[in-house]
Amino acid sequence: MIQHIIKRLLLLPVLLLIFSIFAFIIIQAPPGDFVTSYIAELASSGSSMDQVQIDALRAQYGLDQPIYTQYGKWMSRILRGDLGVSLDWQKPIKELITERLVLTLIIGLMTFFLSWVLAVPIGIVSAVKKYSLLDYGLTVFNYIGIATPSFLVALIAMWLAFSWFGVSVTGLFSAEFVDAPWSMARVGDLLKHLWLPVLILTLSGTARLARIMRANLLDELNKPYVEMARAKGMSEWKLIMKYPVRVAINPLVSTIGWFLPLIFSGSLVVATVLNLPTIGPMFLRSLTNQDMFLAGAIVLIYCMLAIIGTLISDILLAWLDPRIRMES
Amino acid sequence: MAEPQEPQPSFGQKVLENMQTASAVSYKPMVRVDEDAALAPVGAAQDAEAFYVAPNWKLVWWRFRKHRLAMISGLVMIFITIIALAPDFFATQNPHTTNALESFIPVQRIHFFDERRLSPFVFGATGQRNPKSLRVEWVIDESVKIPVRFFAPGYPYKLLGVIPTNIHLVGVAPTEEQAAAKEAAGSSTAAGPQRISQGLHLMGTDRLGRDQWSRLMFGTRVSLSIGLVAVAVSTILGIFLGGISGYFGGTIDMIVQRTIEILQSLPAIPIWLALSAALPRTWSVEQTYFAITIILALLAWTTLAREIRGRFLTLRDEDFIIAAKLSGCSQQRVIFRHMAPTMSSHIIAAVTLAIPVMIINETFLSFLGLGLRPPAISWGVLLQEAQNLQSIALAPWLLLPGLVVIITVLALNILGDGLRDAADPYTS
Amino acid sequence: MNQPLLSVRNLKTYFHLDEGVVKAVDGVTFDVFPGQVVGIVGESGCGKSVTIKSVLRIVPPPGRLDGGEMLYRPQKQAGYEGLRPDGAIDLATLDERGKQMRALRGSEIALIPQEPMASFSPVHTIGNQLIEAIRLHQPISKQDAWQLAVERMHEVGVPSPEQRMNAYSWELSGGLRQRAMIAMALSCSPSLLIADEPTTAIDVTTQAQVLTLLKGLQASHQMAIIFITHDLGVIAQMADWVVVMYLGRVMEQGPADDIFHNPQHPYTRALLESIPTVHSASRTFLPTIAGSIPHPFNRPPGCPYYPRCVEFMAGACDQRTPALQPIGQRQFVSCFLHHDVADE
Ligand SMILES: Nc1ncnc2c1ncn2[C@@H]1O[C@H](COP(=O)(O)OP(=O)(O)OP(=O)(O)O)[C@@H](O)[C@H]1O
Ligand SMILES: [Mg+2]
Repeated sequence: MIQHIIKRLLLLPVLLLIFSIFAFIIIQAPPGDFVTSYIAELASSGSSMDQVQIDALRAQYGLDQPIYTQYGKWMSRILRGDLGVSLDWQKPIKELITERLVLTLIIGLMTFFLSWVLAVPIGIVSAVKKYSLLDYGLTVFNYIGIATPSFLVALIAMWLAFSWFGVSVTGLFSAEFVDAPWSMARVGDLLKHLWLPVLILTLSGTARLARIMRANLLDELNKPYVEMARAKGMSEWKLIMKYPVRVAINPLVSTIGWFLPLIFSGSLVVATVLNLPTIGPMFLRSLTNQDMFLAGAIVLIYCMLAIIGTLISDILLAWLDPRIRMES
Repeated sequence: MAEPQEPQPSFGQKVLENMQTASAVSYKPMVRVDEDAALAPVGAAQDAEAFYVAPNWKLVWWRFRKHRLAMISGLVMIFITIIALAPDFFATQNPHTTNALESFIPVQRIHFFDERRLSPFVFGATGQRNPKSLRVEWVIDESVKIPVRFFAPGYPYKLLGVIPTNIHLVGVAPTEEQAAAKEAAGSSTAAGPQRISQGLHLMGTDRLGRDQWSRLMFGTRVSLSIGLVAVAVSTILGIFLGGISGYFGGTIDMIVQRTIEILQSLPAIPIWLALSAALPRTWSVEQTYFAITIILALLAWTTLAREIRGRFLTLRDEDFIIAAKLSGCSQQRVIFRHMAPTMSSHIIAAVTLAIPVMIINETFLSFLGLGLRPPAISWGVLLQEAQNLQSIALAPWLLLPGLVVIITVLALNILGDGLRDAADPYTS
Repeated sequence: MNQPLLSVRNLKTYFHLDEGVVKAVDGVTFDVFPGQVVGIVGESGCGKSVTIKSVLRIVPPPGRLDGGEMLYRPQKQAGYEGLRPDGAIDLATLDERGKQMRALRGSEIALIPQEPMASFSPVHTIGNQLIEAIRLHQPISKQDAWQLAVERMHEVGVPSPEQRMNAYSWELSGGLRQRAMIAMALSCSPSLLIADEPTTAIDVTTQAQVLTLLKGLQASHQMAIIFITHDLGVIAQMADWVVVMYLGRVMEQGPADDIFHNPQHPYTRALLESIPTVHSASRTFLPTIAGSIPHPFNRPPGCPYYPRCVEFMAGACDQRTPALQPIGQRQFVSCFLHHDVADE
């Protein structure tokens, strides 16, 4: 397993290379480029450019070079830590996304921990008290949580908040803090707005995880080692927590690999609905405006997060499960 | 018993005699009761023999039938499928017809009893121009009753694309005065600043005055079929690649497995978005439809391929497969007579569970404006109308398509779970 | 010595399934005296495991005790609530998750389970689980418990026990695993050891070693053992007293000698018939018991064995259920060939 993790780490650059090519091809795929959409935009506002200006613009952004040269330049700049300049915003990408990325990570991690903190006990209780009223209630909750896309939850929450309390729950900051520099007051304001998106994202995450936990635990509860623990005279809850829960957690840990990236990219849609200043809405805008360097950088970030998720789950699993640790 | 035997005590001989008379009955090792119980059809404890010889699909069906919620979900899905097959019949209006004057008419619920007499009707809606916003605002007016009729004539269409007809499930029952009024002033009558809508809008109308109910019926066709087609494509890909990977092993298996790993470690949602954004805006509705299907299937086949390969590998070690091999069955026979039937119910369950995922994915792609685009109608396109707080606040019924999404996804999930439990009662 | 350690009276454990009631144990009666080895034999599914799970009060739902008494005389510590004047406590009346039952489990009555592999947790070390078993019932420090565990492992013949303490169950061979299990069962010096087919999962040579070990431990610890198996050869080697079960009922019981040399019940005789001996002629068919065990929801009225019985008497065996009655000096038989007493 240790070898496996080392192998994974060594593979990381290779994977990133593959992903970056992937990202670049995707970005290049649409017909036309940023300049085309820029011209279209100018045209709609009534002004225009002549061919010389257009060519100059293309040359300035390197859009007139062959694709592999463009990729090579892009990649070599990224390797030097320079994400480039957004064509659309006319600002360095790093500057554009840093705060947004931090907010995305905060929402993602909070969702992640909250989902786990809720899902594990819910899964345990509904497995141990199978077919109880509680279990049925949780099953219904789980099904609904799985069946309701999070953007719908966001829409409904937005509507309820508006029709019941007359408040608009969009954004992460109150108007006076949107462009304010960081301060304690701004953090407090953030926390006041943060709970709703986190709660919405947690809903479906919790439902999925709790379902997995319940199924895993049900499998374990009938195992002879549980009976043996009972025959030793342990008290019921203590033995359940020590043995079957401990075993059932392991497969749950392996879900971190897809759960973490899912939260990050899933928050994209919710963020769009709730108009949150995270990288999701910015990604969407960059796609529609063909702001390729920005879109590429964000795709690459999403890929990185996905890889890190798998890596974390691998390491945790090896740490938790001796059977996996001993595997050579 | 040709061989000589040592003298036996009398009871031993009786045992042997008894054995000969009962030679047809062999010693059957006892199946644990709980397993038996899962296998037994309701009330069939007496003919216990029946399920020893029943084919696999029958066992699955027996077990499935006992799962009441899954049965109900199955019925719901049959109903939704019928809608998807003949949306015209259920629609009350042409889904593309716009009527700028009748935008945002609220839901008109059907009332079945008019003063204790069975006579279905809806309350009419009256619109008043708001002097400030200059928009016509509609409210349900309980003083106007519009009688409705089932199997009423409406706009002409071809049922299932072949039978020309104009009968719809519900429609306004035309009375003479209304018919006359209609002729006079289109679909709504203006009485001073007030307008009275004579239409029937079971789910209200949207920004452009299109009938949401009718649009929903057509959206059902598109969203459901996108789910089905995307899953079909990924199932074929999954079975094909999972199959050759499990069958040939070696390098091919390695390549397929690595590809699956790379694809699975990609974050699906951003990739979908980026790919959909790359579709040329100039493409026709059909082109976009198929492109979206392919995009959805492209990342989804890996799960199915893994599942199928894994099934193949575990099945290969099952006792009954080994027994079939040992008794000299050909490879083909083992795969098609023994492995495929046991796997098909798993595949059906996995596919059923994959459809709702696809439906949700299509919905959110279209919702974000990167999937299907108007004039195409899908659940996601419908929900796009409800994208911002202003429209929801003004017309909360625009969220109703979301409810349909939830019901469909819920039904498919329960159905899939029921199938999986029936296919494999010991796991899960 | 003539007070039984455990006396099970008319024990009934039913599984209440949606489809009907499975009478896994339906009126079982037997005694275990201190230091005695009681063997329970019967075909697979006849309710042996459920019987002993009932004694330990660990019957899984939807199983339930539906009648009978299980009188146990605690040997170690007095002060149990509900102790009867004769010093016995009825296990059937205790709360199965309550303190008293938990104090008895593991400390007074210990279990060696059917599958040693699956009965150890795969993610905890052997040592962890042994120490836990010790500290559940003895107020000693972790270090002392470790010492004790190592001693026990040594006693049951585990080579280099210190090393094995840090191993996981799946790192041990089948024989070692079962020895570790025995060490765990012995850790609190129980008065009654219940061994549920302790040797089915291991090979024949190791099996013999484990049996010898158990026999030796029984003598040195002066425990009583309930030994479950479907191997009559093992019973002959181990047991003082034999209980023959069929479909949740006791067909016959008595001292091992009598059961093997003077079987009274047709089922016992048929069982004995089916063991190969050195005397049986070569290339002959070994007699087997004709027919199959009936479907559990489908239990015939009357004697459960009559459909397969060679001495079936129409009008009697298929009408009433024979009760377990003393026959001769020491044996008990439930069969109308020998008496006319029916249950209920
Ligand atoms: N959890 C359960 N649910 C339903 N029925 C059960 C359950 N456990 C046991 N039974 C039933 O109780 C009966 C007795 O089972 P038991 O496990 O005691 O058999 P056994 O004699 O120990 O067999 P083996 O030699 O195979 O271990 C069987 O008919 C079985 O079907
Ligand atoms: Mg057993």
